[in-house]
Amino acid sequence: MYNEKVMDHFMNPRNVGEMPDADGIGEVGNAKCGDIMKMFIKVDENEMISDVTFQTYGCGAAIATSSMATELIKGRSIEEASKLTNDAVVEALDGLPAVKVHCSVLAQEAVEAAIADYRQKKAQKAE
Amino acid sequence: MAKTIYMDHAATTPVAEAVAQKMLPYFTQSFGNPSSIHHVGRANRAALDNARAQVAKALGAANDEIFFTSGGSEGDNWAIKGVMLRDVNRGKKFITTNIEHHAVLHTGAWLEKHGYEVIYLPVNEYGVVTPDVLEAAMGEGDTALVSIMFANNEIGTIEPIKELAEVAHRHGALFHTDAVQAIGAVAIDVKALNVDMLSLSAHKFYGPKGVGAMYVRKGVYLENLIEGGAQERGKRAGTENIPGIVGLGAAIELATENLEKNAAYLTSLRDDMIAQLLEKIPHTRLNGHPTDRLPANVNVSIEYIEGESMLILLDQNGICASSGSACTSGSLDPSHVLLAIGLPHEVAHGSLRFSLGIHNTKEEVDQVVELLVKIVERLRAMSPLYHA
Repeated sequence: MYNEKVMDHFMNPRNVGEMPDADGIGEVGNAKCGDIMKMFIKVDENEMISDVTFQTYGCGAAIATSSMATELIKGRSIEEASKLTNDAVVEALDGLPAVKVHCSVLAQEAVEAAIADYRQKKAQKAE
Repeated sequence: MAKTIYMDHAATTPVAEAVAQKMLPYFTQSFGNPSSIHHVGRANRAALDNARAQVAKALGAANDEIFFTSGGSEGDNWAIKGVMLRDVNRGKKFITTNIEHHAVLHTGAWLEKHGYEVIYLPVNEYGVVTPDVLEAAMGEGDTALVSIMFANNEIGTIEPIKELAEVAHRHGALFHTDAVQAIGAVAIDVKALNVDMLSLSAHKFYGPKGVGAMYVRKGVYLENLIEGGAQERGKRAGTENIPGIVGLGAAIELATENLEKNAAYLTSLRDDMIAQLLEKIPHTRLNGHPTDRLPANVNVSIEYIEGESMLILLDQNGICASSGSACTSGSLDPSHVLLAIGLPHEVAHGSLRFSLGIHNTKEEVDQVVELLVKIVERLRAMSPLYHA
């Protein structure tokens, strides 16, 4: 049901784990629906995402889209990363089954949530 | 790819070699239509009669109480629609349970769409429909039919069919049971159980797909589901699937002969597997009744991770199982059966079903458990819900 690239990201997920000193943490989804994604980002002084990790509870597609999303934003600026779309995640994975597209939406939202958290924390520090 | 370990026999079973051999001549040599007058057709009349006798014997029924169908779904549809449509004045209420197969549940929804009242009985935490719950739902004389599955396909719980049929009869209703999962696993005597209708499907007990049978007690009148020729004494039209029917007859005979032996073997494998899973994987629970369950059914919920991801990793290692998670059902909700026994959604999403077969071995059980332990560790390490 999954293509080779999705299987690769599911079997060998990139950037898995918690990040104790994250600058931004985003958690989306809920266990009731069977998907939770938690995204951790480390942001350097130039507003670049120097490191990113994730933890995901969910199906194969949820894990693969999380993994791919981390690859797509790693080394990018906050500005660029905030423009990540779910379509870009699907495209980078060479496609997803139609019933799994919502997983890519969750990946986009997880990145957005992590960035929002980072910006909020930054604003708080500035006060 | 690793060697296949098939543990999804509740989905389907391989056709027994002896059964397949019995079927083969009916594809190419003895191909006649039993309705024909000539000798080629007549030859197959005998095969049809023989298979009917085999099914009747296995169920403790009379030959003319057995009708061949295309499988369990047709049987369920026919029993329910056939009774509910036959006489609208007899009563419009249909009672079933919320853990039935979709062949029953969706037929219930069809009845509702056509103005019938349908009641879906709840089950207890083990998935048992208790007779007092049925008793309370039976209105005086206004229930035409009660349909309750013999054993649940997901969690394996065996229902108290005799007691439930008695409640239905006491209130003047007929009783049908979907016994698709029970044939070959539990000894069934339709007269002792006093059920009015029972449906079964060959491919669940080492017979072929696309063929089933229904027991209809003498004197119970059903409307036809499929109109046409005079096959099955005018009750089920369509040229008989002779190879399939021959296979069904041979398979039910074989399953009945070996029932005690197979059930004892599978029960010991099952109990070993359940014990190992609960012991070796923390935060795991057994779904379904601990003892009143199908000999081959293992169903557990493994917390903090999701079923589909476990299934894919098992499959990558050659192991075939199934899950009640939403991601495997194609909907956003997990299995209706797991929700009916009161599991929270997140626990239902983490369910795994291993349905064992007579060819599985203790070594395979050990291998699957060992691998699953690693899979669970790996997925839990990735899960934001799990804190070791």
